[in-house]
Amino acid sequence: MFGYSIGDLGAIFAMQGFAGLILFSVYVLMALGLAIIFGQMGVINMAHGEFMILGAYVTWLTSNAFQQFLPSLFSGYFFIAMILAFIASGSLGMLVEWALIRHLYKRPLDTLLATWGLSLMLQQAYRSVFGAREVGVELPEWMMGSWQATDTIQIPINGMFVMALTFLITIVVAYVLFWSRWGKQVRAVVQNRVMAGAVGINTEKVDCYTFGLGCGIAGIAGSAFTMIGSTSPTAGQLYIVDTFLVVVFGGAASLLGTIASAFTISQAQSTMEFFMSGSMAKVLTLLAIVAILMIRPQGLFALKVRK
Amino acid sequence: MMDNPRFLNRTEALGILALVVLLVVILPLSLDVFRLNLVAKYLTYAFVGIGLVLCWGFGGILSLGQGVFFGLGGYCMAMYLKLEASSVANTRIQSTPGIPDFMDWNQITQLPTFWQPFHSLTFTILAILIVPALFAFLIGTAMFKRRVGGVYFAIITQAVVAILTILIVGQQGYTGGINGITDLRTLKGWDIRPDHAKVVLYFFEVACLFGCIFLAQFVRHSKLGRILVAMRDKEDRVRFSGYSVANFKIFAFTLAAMFAAIGGAMFTLEVGFMSPSFVGIVPSIEMVIYTAVGGRMSIFGAVYGTLLVNFAKTSLSETFPQLWLFGLGALFIAVVLAFPNGLAGIWRDHVQSRIDQLMASRKSKSGAGWTDGSVADGAPAE
Repeated sequence: MFGYSIGDLGAIFAMQGFAGLILFSVYVLMALGLAIIFGQMGVINMAHGEFMILGAYVTWLTSNAFQQFLPSLFSGYFFIAMILAFIASGSLGMLVEWALIRHLYKRPLDTLLATWGLSLMLQQAYRSVFGAREVGVELPEWMMGSWQATDTIQIPINGMFVMALTFLITIVVAYVLFWSRWGKQVRAVVQNRVMAGAVGINTEKVDCYTFGLGCGIAGIAGSAFTMIGSTSPTAGQLYIVDTFLVVVFGGAASLLGTIASAFTISQAQSTMEFFMSGSMAKVLTLLAIVAILMIRPQGLFALKVRK
Repeated sequence: MMDNPRFLNRTEALGILALVVLLVVILPLSLDVFRLNLVAKYLTYAFVGIGLVLCWGFGGILSLGQGVFFGLGGYCMAMYLKLEASSVANTRIQSTPGIPDFMDWNQITQLPTFWQPFHSLTFTILAILIVPALFAFLIGTAMFKRRVGGVYFAIITQAVVAILTILIVGQQGYTGGINGITDLRTLKGWDIRPDHAKVVLYFFEVACLFGCIFLAQFVRHSKLGRILVAMRDKEDRVRFSGYSVANFKIFAFTLAAMFAAIGGAMFTLEVGFMSPSFVGIVPSIEMVIYTAVGGRMSIFGAVYGTLLVNFAKTSLSETFPQLWLFGLGALFIAVVLAFPNGLAGIWRDHVQSRIDQLMASRKSKSGAGWTDGSVADGAPAE
């Protein structure tokens, strides 16, 4: 069969499947933040990609700083970078919520336009500060190379690290949203703002922190993203449509749905990429999603809510 | 048609008059051919804007996919012009004479079947109107019949834009890829490139624009237009009153798509090429922004908004390329936060009321006041 032996084919599928898993991790990281902002709060944040890129640039800055001042600790810089990325994107998110979003909760379509304007400004800001060229971070030694699973199957270590990170963050987010006191408040505000306010929840504060959390996770996604790709001022825009589709396809209000849909989309795409050109694989994947959404507009996992 | 009071009230008739004066007299007299051609390029987006006023402003359906229809119209036109430009005589040096140059570069030896009918101008004109309309009808039917609306509709139309752009870029042999369809020369033997042709095309485009404005006015003042507005504000009540909400939405969306397609075809004629960079996600959102700046509820506002934003874009990006994106971004945010009804809203709230007062005291001055004011409105355009 095409000159491949059975073993070769198995190895190709395993590696292709793994490539899909890395794509899946990136999708999940990006979509988690958006699932909170769009799925829970109903705000269309077109600047989500730019929050992600902010995280990526913070990581890049941190790695440079470590290289220059603390070369002995360079192997561990990534964990600090991630925390800094979360703080940077999260606080920018809270600022944006306070200045912009809170005036627009009743007009969801207008948040789209306003955040699009915000994304343009952020892009230009990145371009002015960091330059238009792509930047890439230096990986510490232990993250480079790949793990030889068998003679023919190689799995890159940075990919495994991103996957582990995704797993961890998903669990933390799920815990925060579904089991912590604050998560209950978030869900209460989302379901019924007036009643939540009436029972004593400070809805404005909850909104602000929720938006900040979503943006902060986008920052972590950007941070993780630097390990598998390079960063440029407009890179965020490339992913925003995909990310929205992941969230919508999964069923906007469901975290589990987001994960399932990220898995489906990434695996479909990376499997098809083996058989045809990357652009056709993308077209077919998107077409399939749109077709499924036309048949099932509520997405894969819909919450049953009375309206 | 002027005698129907519902079709055009007096203010709107004066508004049209002001726009006619601006587009037919002032701009052609005051601008050189290069600048006039720029105006013509901007006006192609006004077609999209008028469509968006109908479907977004009145119908409440925000489509982020107007670039698809703009692109379909533009590509239909470009395919016809390209076939005419790649006659056997013009393409002797190719390994397969008689097919467009980019096909030859991509080792295609035969004209693909879907290109064949574009040898005929009649078919092309029909295709410009019908292909996007059919496409919009299909999307609209699939979405609105299942009561998908609002945010979801916006995101799905955006996905459709992404699909079409990737497809055009990916299928280089059939569509010209990222470069688009370039080097267009003649329309039925009439060269579209020299200056006098640009002027003729400009006036033809303005005529088409007024055709679309009249049609939009007609829809707006008909019962259909009022049902659209009712539906936007209280969809369920309209549904319970026995109207088929989905059908009205499909109609508005399809009409908007046709307007966008006419704009796209005009764009190809004016600019002389068509490429995926006018189809993608960013241009589609920019089209929405023009409408938002002009005023999503105002048909004239869409035209002025398009002209103003584009002029600002050209002049600012020529002089301060760094500042331009900051300015544009700030403009969107300002429009959304402070002036949700755009220029038309500012006009109505601050200028119109003064004019009304003036008219009440000095009735004879009303006509002059309007014309002056509207030109001032478009004044930065010069």
